[in-house]
Amino acid sequence: MSEMTQLRLLYSMLRIRRVEEALADRYAEQEMRCPMHLCIGQEAIAAAVCEALRKDDKVFSNHRAHGHYLAKGGDLKAMVAELYGRATGCCGGRGGSMHLIDLAVGFMGATPIVGGTVPLAVGSAWASSLKDTEDVTVIFFGDGCFEEGVVHESLNFAALHKLRIVFVCENNKFSVYTRRDERQPNRPIYRIAEAHGMPASAADGNDVEQILAMSKTAIENARNRCGPQFLEFDTYRWREHCGPNFDDHLNYRSAQEIEEGMNDCPIDRYKKVLKQQCIASEHEFSRMEEQIREEISAAFEFALASRKPTIDDAKGKVYA
Amino acid sequence: MHEPTQRQLTFVEAIRESLDQAMEQDSRVIVIGLGVPDPKAIFNTTTGLREKYGPRRVFDMPLAENGLTGACIGAAISGIRPVMIHQRIDFALLAMDQLINNAAKWHYMFDGKASVPMVVRMIVGRGWGQGPQHSQSLQAMFAQVPGVKVIMPTTAYDAKGMMLSAIEDNNPVLFIEHRWLYPVKDRVPDTYYRVPIGKAHLIHEGSDVTVAAFSYMVLEALIAAKSMFNKMGIGLDVIDMRTVRPLDVETVLASLQKTGRLIVADTAFRTGSIAGELISQVVEQAFSALKAPPVRIASPDFPTPTSSFMAEHYYPGPKTIADAALALLGKSKESDSYRRMSVTFNRSGPHDSPNCEFSGPF
Repeated sequence: MSEMTQLRLLYSMLRIRRVEEALADRYAEQEMRCPMHLCIGQEAIAAAVCEALRKDDKVFSNHRAHGHYLAKGGDLKAMVAELYGRATGCCGGRGGSMHLIDLAVGFMGATPIVGGTVPLAVGSAWASSLKDTEDVTVIFFGDGCFEEGVVHESLNFAALHKLRIVFVCENNKFSVYTRRDERQPNRPIYRIAEAHGMPASAADGNDVEQILAMSKTAIENARNRCGPQFLEFDTYRWREHCGPNFDDHLNYRSAQEIEEGMNDCPIDRYKKVLKQQCIASEHEFSRMEEQIREEISAAFEFALASRKPTIDDAKGKVYA
Repeated sequence: MHEPTQRQLTFVEAIRESLDQAMEQDSRVIVIGLGVPDPKAIFNTTTGLREKYGPRRVFDMPLAENGLTGACIGAAISGIRPVMIHQRIDFALLAMDQLINNAAKWHYMFDGKASVPMVVRMIVGRGWGQGPQHSQSLQAMFAQVPGVKVIMPTTAYDAKGMMLSAIEDNNPVLFIEHRWLYPVKDRVPDTYYRVPIGKAHLIHEGSDVTVAAFSYMVLEALIAAKSMFNKMGIGLDVIDMRTVRPLDVETVLASLQKTGRLIVADTAFRTGSIAGELISQVVEQAFSALKAPPVRIASPDFPTPTSSFMAEHYYPGPKTIADAALALLGKSKESDSYRRMSVTFNRSGPHDSPNCEFSGPF
C-alpha cells in the first residue's frame, strides 16, 4: 500500500468525522430541520470500501449515509445545503439527510426505509451485466437491515445471476436502541450470506487497512465475474441513533461498553499506525485538519447563502 | 375508428405482440415474471419471447416479489426498461414497499435526477373460484400514490397501443389486465402504434345517461347500452376510461353536458374506489350539470367468495347498469319493453367463466 493511499484513508475518515461534528454542533440552531443519523465511530468502513472503488463504480446507501456519500466523492456543499433544506441541495431540499444522491460520482441514492435500496443495488448490478459494462455496485447496510426479507431476496437473485455486487454489512450491534441479541440468534451474519451462495467474510470494522485489503479483493472478484461478494465489519455507533447528541443517559448500553467502543476509534488507531511507520506526524494531521476546516466552513457558507425553496418548488417533477 | 380490413386479435395476442414489438424496437426492454418462459407463458402473453430474444432479456424469477420489484427499479434507473409481470395483482401487494416508497418516489425525491421507466403488468382474476386472494381489483389503492401511472385498457387494440406507450414512458406504469378480457377479439393493426395514457375513449354514443366504465365493466356497459337502445330506446354514452391515474375527467364532463346523468362502473370494491374519486371530481367541477345524484356501480364491500353458489350474485353486470340508468331517468321497470330487455341479459354459459359472446370491433 502506498503512502499516498494511507494518507488518503486517514484524510477521508477525518473529513467524515469533522463534517458530522460540525453538523452536530450546529444542529441545535434548529435550522437543519430533518432527521439526521451520524456515523461517527464508523468512518473506516466507508473510507476504505470507497477507496477500493473506481469512479464509475456505483454505491447505494441507507439512512446513515453521510460517510458513504462523502467517501465516494459526493459534493459536500450540496449535502450540507440539502440538510438545510435549500434549493441547491443535492435533492433540491426534497430529501434531507436521509436522501442523498450524486450521480456524477456514482452515488446512486440513499433512502431510509430499511432494506429499501438493497434490491435497487442488485438491479444496478443486473443492469451492468445486461449492458456488459465493467462497473461494480456496492450496497452499504446494517445488522438490523439483515433481518429484512428483501435482503435475502436480493442475495438470492444476485447469487443466481452472478452479479457484480459487493454487499457490505456494517454491524454496529444496534437497531435504534435494540441490541442485536434481542433480534437475532447468536450466529454470524456473514455465514448466512455465505449460505446464499457467495464468498463472505468478516473483520474488525475499525481497522481501515484491513477493510481496504478485503474490499479490494472482493471488488476485483466481483468485477472479474466471480459473482457477488459479502463483507461484514464490526463497528460501534458513538452517538444516538438519530440526532446530534450522545445518549448515554438512556442507559440502554453500559458506560463500560461505550468507553470501550470509543477507545477503539478508527481514526486514533490509524494515526498511531501512521506515526509508528513515520508516514505522518502531528504536523501533517494539523494540515489535514486545517484543510478540512476550510472546506466545511465554505460548505456551510454556501448552504446558508442558498435560496430557500417555496411550495412552488415542491410541485413539479412528480412524473418524468 | 379502425380499418375494416385489419386482422382480429384477442387481448392476449395483442399483449404478446406488443411485448414482441417493444423488444424488437428497443434492446433495453426486458421481461421478467414468474412463469414468463414456462409452457403456459402467462396465459400465452409471453409465448416465444425467450426463444426470440434469449435468456438475457426474458427471465423467470424467484418467488420474491418485493426484491425483484426493487431489482427492476434499480435496473430502470440504470438504463434498462423492465416489464415485470404478476399473474395476479394480489401478489403485487408483496411489493408495495418497493412500488410506493421507491418506484413512485425516486424521480420526485431526487429532484428529477433519475427516473424509473418500468411497466408492471398485474392481472385481475375472476370466476372459477378465484376467491378472496385471487380476484381483487386494486387499482384505486395504487392510483392513490403520486408518481405512478395506472392504466386499465379494455380492448385488444388499446391493450397493444397502451402497452407500447407504457414501455416508452419514463415513469412506473402499472398495467392492470382483467382476466376476462383475454379471449375478447378486436381489430389490431400489425404495426407499432401507440395509444396515449390518460385519455378516455367514448365507445358507444347515447344522449340519456353517461356510463364511465373501467376495464371489464366497459363490456358489461356495452351490453346494457345495446339492449337499452334496441328494446327501450334509451341512449347510454359509454366511456371506456382506460386510465385510472391520471383520470380523464374532461371526457366525462363533456358527456355530462349532453346527458346530465352519471353512472360510474368499476371492477373494484365500492368503498375508496376510483369510481368514488371520479364522482367527487365531477361533483366539484360540474355540480350544476347534474340532473340527479351520480351512481357508483362496484363490487360489494366484502371479499369475493370462492363458492360458485355465493359468487353468482357477487358481481354487478349489464342489468345492474340498466336498472341504475332507468332509476336515474325515473322510468318504471313495470313495462313489456323492460321485460324484453331483461331477457337479453340472461347469459347462456356458466356465470363464473368469461362471456365468449363478446367480440370487437369496439
